[in-house]
Formats: sequence, C-alpha cells, structure tokens
Amino acid sequence: MIAMPMRMWRKPLDTAKVKVPEGEVHIIKSRCKGCGFCIEFCPKEMLESSEEFNERGVHPPKVKDKSVCAHCSFCEAVCPDFAIYSVKKECKDGC
Amino acid sequence: MTKEVHPFERYLRGGMIPHIWCEGCGNGIILNCFVHAIDDLKMDIDKIVVVSGIGCIGRLSGYTNTDSYHTTHGRAIAFATGVKLANPDLTVTVISGDGDLFAIGGNHFIHAARRNVDIKVICANNFNYGMTGGQYGPTTPLNAWTTTTPYGNIEHPFNLVHLAAASGAVYVARWTTLHVRRLVESIKKMLQKEGFAFIEVITPCPEIFGKRNKMATGIEMMNWFKKASDIQNNSDPAKAGITPERIVLGEFVDIEKPTYDYLLRDMILKVQKRVRGGE
Amino acid sequence: MAQKDRTVLTGKHFWEGDVACAEGAIAAGCRFFAGYPITPATEVAERMAQRLPEVGGIYVQMEDEISSMAAVIGASYAGVKSMTATSGPGFSLMQENIGLAVMTETPCVIVDVMRGGPSTGQPTKPAQQDVMQAKWGSHGDYEIIALAPNSVQEMFDLTIEAFNLSEIYRIPVIVLGDEIVGHMYERVTIPSKEAIKIVNRKMPQISPEKYAPFKPDKDLIPPMAIFGQGYHFYATGLTHDEAGRPRTDSIEAQKKLVQRLCDKIRKNVDKIVKLEKIMLEDADVAVVSYGITSRAALSAVRKARQERIKAGLLRLVTVWPFPDKYVAEVAEQVKALVVPEMNYGQLVREVERAAKETPVKFLPKLGEEPHKPIEILDALRRAHK
Repeated sequence: MIAMPMRMWRKPLDTAKVKVPEGEVHIIKSRCKGCGFCIEFCPKEMLESSEEFNERGVHPPKVKDKSVCAHCSFCEAVCPDFAIYSVKKECKDGC
Repeated sequence: MTKEVHPFERYLRGGMIPHIWCEGCGNGIILNCFVHAIDDLKMDIDKIVVVSGIGCIGRLSGYTNTDSYHTTHGRAIAFATGVKLANPDLTVTVISGDGDLFAIGGNHFIHAARRNVDIKVICANNFNYGMTGGQYGPTTPLNAWTTTTPYGNIEHPFNLVHLAAASGAVYVARWTTLHVRRLVESIKKMLQKEGFAFIEVITPCPEIFGKRNKMATGIEMMNWFKKASDIQNNSDPAKAGITPERIVLGEFVDIEKPTYDYLLRDMILKVQKRVRGGE
Repeated sequence: MAQKDRTVLTGKHFWEGDVACAEGAIAAGCRFFAGYPITPATEVAERMAQRLPEVGGIYVQMEDEISSMAAVIGASYAGVKSMTATSGPGFSLMQENIGLAVMTETPCVIVDVMRGGPSTGQPTKPAQQDVMQAKWGSHGDYEIIALAPNSVQEMFDLTIEAFNLSEIYRIPVIVLGDEIVGHMYERVTIPSKEAIKIVNRKMPQISPEKYAPFKPDKDLIPPMAIFGQGYHFYATGLTHDEAGRPRTDSIEAQKKLVQRLCDKIRKNVDKIVKLEKIMLEDADVAVVSYGITSRAALSAVRKARQERIKAGLLRLVTVWPFPDKYVAEVAEQVKALVVPEMNYGQLVREVERAAKETPVKFLPKLGEEPHKPIEILDALRRAHK
C-alpha cells in the first residue's frame, strides 16, 4: 500500500500494479574516501557514516534502514570512487 | 563472504583503482557517468578511444579500460582529430579540464568545433588548475581566491557553452556532477550524435578551490550546485554565464551540420573517381 | 575501367625537392598529413593536399604546428603512416610534441626544410641552422634519427627511408632538407612500386590480455598495437612502466625507460647510419659534409685530386645518431678534416669531438649563398700542407 501525499487527489488507476522496486546497497569499504555524497544525497536518507575505519582512515557509509531502499541507485551514480552500488532485489510477488 | 564487484568494474582498468582524485572531487563522478553511458548504450568498447590532456581530470584516460592516450598539455583535441580522421570507425572522446581545453588548448578547441570534427568533448570545469595546486584559469570566477590571484581574480571568465556554440559545435550542454542522471543521458546523446559535441560538467574541487573560496567540502560545493542550478533547456548560451547565484544548465545547442569527416570522405571519393576516369 | 594506381608515379620526372619529398612519402605508404604552411616547406603541404585524396589519404591543415604534430601522432596511433613538414619556426613549435612522440614511441616523419634563422630569420633563404635542434630541440634525454638529403632524388629516396626507419624503431624521424634542396628542380627517377622497399611496424603477436604496450622485444623495440583492435592499451607522456602505467614515483622506472628509449638507437647505430665514402681509401685530408654543402664538397675533392692532393669526402646521409665511430676512423687516417656548414658552428662540434686530436677546419656560411667549391678546395690545400 503506497501512502498518498495530501496533494494527490486522485488515485492512479494502475497503483496496484506498480510496485516500488527494492534495492540492496553494497559498499566496497576499502574504496571509500569519505566524501559523504551518498549519505547527503540519498533520497530516502537511509545511509549514515559508520563508526568503523577503512584502510584509508575514513568512515565508510553504512545502511541505516535497509527496508526503505527503492533501488534508485543515486548513491551508485554519485559515488566518485565506485565504492557503493545497488542491486535490485527480486520481488516476491512478481513485478 | 563474496567479494563485492561494482557493476561497472569491467570498464575500469585493472590495478588502477582507487584513483588519485581527492575525497569530494567530482572527477570520479564524471568517470562513473561516462562508463554508465557506454554501458547503457552497449557500445563496443574496442572502438572507443579516450584521449585526455594534463590535469587531474587528465588522469581519467588511464582509468578506463579502453584504448587511451594521455597527451601533452592542451593538445588532446588535436591528437583526437588525427585519430578520428585516420580511423573514422572509432568513437573518439576527449575528457579534459578547463585549463587544458580552454587556456593552452583554446585554439585547438575552437578550430575543431569550427571544422565540426566528429569528436566528443567533456570538460571538467572545476574553476581552477587543481593539479598544480590551485592557480586561476580561464573559468575562475571574478574575485575568487587562488594561489596566483591572492588579491582576488580580476579576469572575467569564459562562458564555455557560449564559446562552444559560437565556434560551431553541433551539441552543447552543461551539467554538474550532482545532476548525474541528466549527465548520463546527455553523454549518451553526445556519443550517438555526429559532429563536434561538447558537454561542460561543473565539478567540485573542494580540497584546492573550494577550501580557499568558502566551500571546504565536496558536500558544500555540491549543495551550492543544488542551490544555484537552473535547468533551462534550449536557452541562449550567450546568457548562460555562471555566477555564484545562478548556474544555467541544460542542452543549449542540438543541430545538424555536415561533419568534417563526411565532407572529407566525400571529397576523396570525388577526386578518386575523377582520377580513375583517366586524368 | 581498370583503376589507375596513383600511389607510385613510376618514371622520370622533373620536380622540385619539396614535391619529390611528398611523392616519397606517398610511395612509402603515408596516408595522413597534418601541417601548416611555412616557407620553404609549403610546397610539401600543397603537393600532399593535391595528391593524398587521389590515393585515399587525408590532408588536414591544422591551426598551427603544435596541433599538426599532435594530429600526426594521433593518426599514427590509429594505424596510419603520418607526416608533417615545416621549417625552423614551426620546428620549434613542434618540439614538445616531438618529445611526446619519442616518449610514446610513435612512428612518424617530420620534414624540416631549413631556412635562415634564428626566429623568423630569412624565410626564403637556405641554411643548415637546425641541425643541433633536430637532436636537442625537445627537453629531456632522448635519441632521434635525422637524415640529410642533398638532391631532389634524395628528397624522394630518403623520405621513404625515413618512414621505414620510423616504423622499425618506433621513433619520429626527421628529414633535414634545406631551402635549396627543397626548392630546386632536378631529375627524379621513380622505380616501380615493387622495387620500393617498405617496412611496417611490428604488430603484437599475443592476445590483448597478455599485451604490455611498452614491453620491448630483444631488439629493445616493443611491438605496437593500434587503436580499435581490442588491446585497450594506455599510452602516456608520463614516465611509465611496460604496462603503460604512469610511474612518476619510481627511480627504477625512469632509469629503465629513458635508457631503453636511448639505447634502442645507440645500440643500433651501425644498422641505422648511412654514409657515403668518396675517395677515402688513401686520403690524407678529408671533408666531412652533409646536405647541400656536400655537393660543393664533392666538386672540391675532385678538383683537389686533380691537383694531386689526396682528398676524400665523408658524406653523412644520417646526421643523427651521429656516426662517431666512422668519423673517428677517418680522422685517425688523415692530417686534417674540413667541415663546411651553412651555419655558425653546429655539426662541426660533433666532428671535433669524434676527431679528437685531428685538427678540424670549420668553414661557416651565413646567408643564402652555399659554399663555392673553391672555398672548400682552398681549405683542403691549406690543410694538406
């Protein structure tokens, strides 16, 4: 069930058919340089800086809440270091 | 524990990643968008040549798993012209910096655009000469602090999209490294377009330019892009000068014009036909 | 209708040197010319502009000599034999990219039709003032090959030789003409296409995965892959290792690379160098000469023989690498050497160095008039006493 923002006065006809994709974020910690772009610009704000250090001495990101990832892949696209990517999870009821 | 493999790993040259670019530098994003575009288009990677000049972004040609060449300062476009004319089956791309393409390389840029040589040019505009420690260049904003403008820059910067359009480029666009989706689409369009195509990508240089100009981190610079960007497709490039308050983005030029390669081949065929006719 | 092959214009012609040079290039397989007009080399460009389209080749007039040299390297890396032609001022502009061509081991030919310098100098007058520049013009340690034609026929023959040498050694080769040889008209005989020996660059024999673009064979020369064949190689002007990776940090990499780039020429001097030895067997005084001056030198040596002076001529067809050993041999044999040059002292320094104790008489010439045979003869007479 998709929560409807107040400004949507009409429910789209194919709402039931369209499923929000689910993604799984993978982080290649050793490559991260700690720029923070993925954390800053994730539309779901589901990433945060982790406590651990990588070899470089920076804190790579970690997933705060993996259930909200919509596989938008913005983190993957905006990462300058090829350190993070999103994999689409297979949806259970076929989509 | 399975090893993490980035989906674009095969486009990256083995043993060269992690690259030398700073934390928060946008050059890696340009590399990312470039290979993303190639991947989306399913291009034959054997036929892509990446040429770059001197500068931080100039190291990009070493990171792509393609036939690559790293030229002398400013001469990437001239080199690329030679490659494309000699083998028109290759997709020849030039990815270089604002100083390399428009200071020392300015002359080669305008002539290649004028001739409409079929090469694809991406300019990483970070408003200074980063590699050598942050001197000013032809795109440094007025009043900016750089190591060779310690009292503020007194030179007016170029409006690169205006320059490219005026020189005759058939495709001109400007994006930032924040607008990754549109940048990928723009690169895809450019790769499929015939003629001299140019994309200016505003990219953060936080360590060197940003730090001295009140934007010490990549995030601050990207947020500036977010705030100041104004996407206006098909607007007049002459009015698209960059100011701290407004960065006009979009596609400025998208026209058709016979390419140098086409005119050259056409001429050669005509001459050969005449010669065959018994001169 | 059978297609006329216009690549080799077999037969006898009456051409100027620049034209013969262009024809030599086309006969050698050159199919790309990028250049900028400059007196006295403009005619090479004009001939190429006219002839290259006939043979399916590409003439592009770039915006300056810097971009011309860059485009020449680009075309060579795309697999096409390429060349440019210029004179002193343009040659100066090209130096940085000549260094790039040396560093990335690019086969290509640069024709320098020398004129009076320095700077803008005397554009329409001959000189031999770029000889040292041909070797030392770019920065850094490197070796180069330079040939000095002394006739219109040699402008044809030596241009072919230049292409062959550049392909074998993966190095830019300079054809050092001068305004006289470039602009004078002489008879040229062009052999049949089959009679012309063409050499092409070594191609890699291994798969792309195993290929290292700058890994040399035993002869110190790496096989050359070109763009578009799936080798995905990286070539850079930075100091690099055999895989082409930049190694700006490594002493070992710098030593290995610079030494190999020089040694591939230094160790092959005997194979590269071409000389003409005239009447040297019993000579006790000799002229060492190259290019246009060698014609007056030959005349002087013949006249000297008529006066019973045992004079000989060592003509350097290859000016770089300098044939130290051969000059030293002649120097040991004779009482003195005479070196006429249309400059104020360039190759004579190399001769002096190789000649060691043997006195060397230098005959400079500045301005458009080449040496007269009598001037060289006089020097031979005095040296002989």
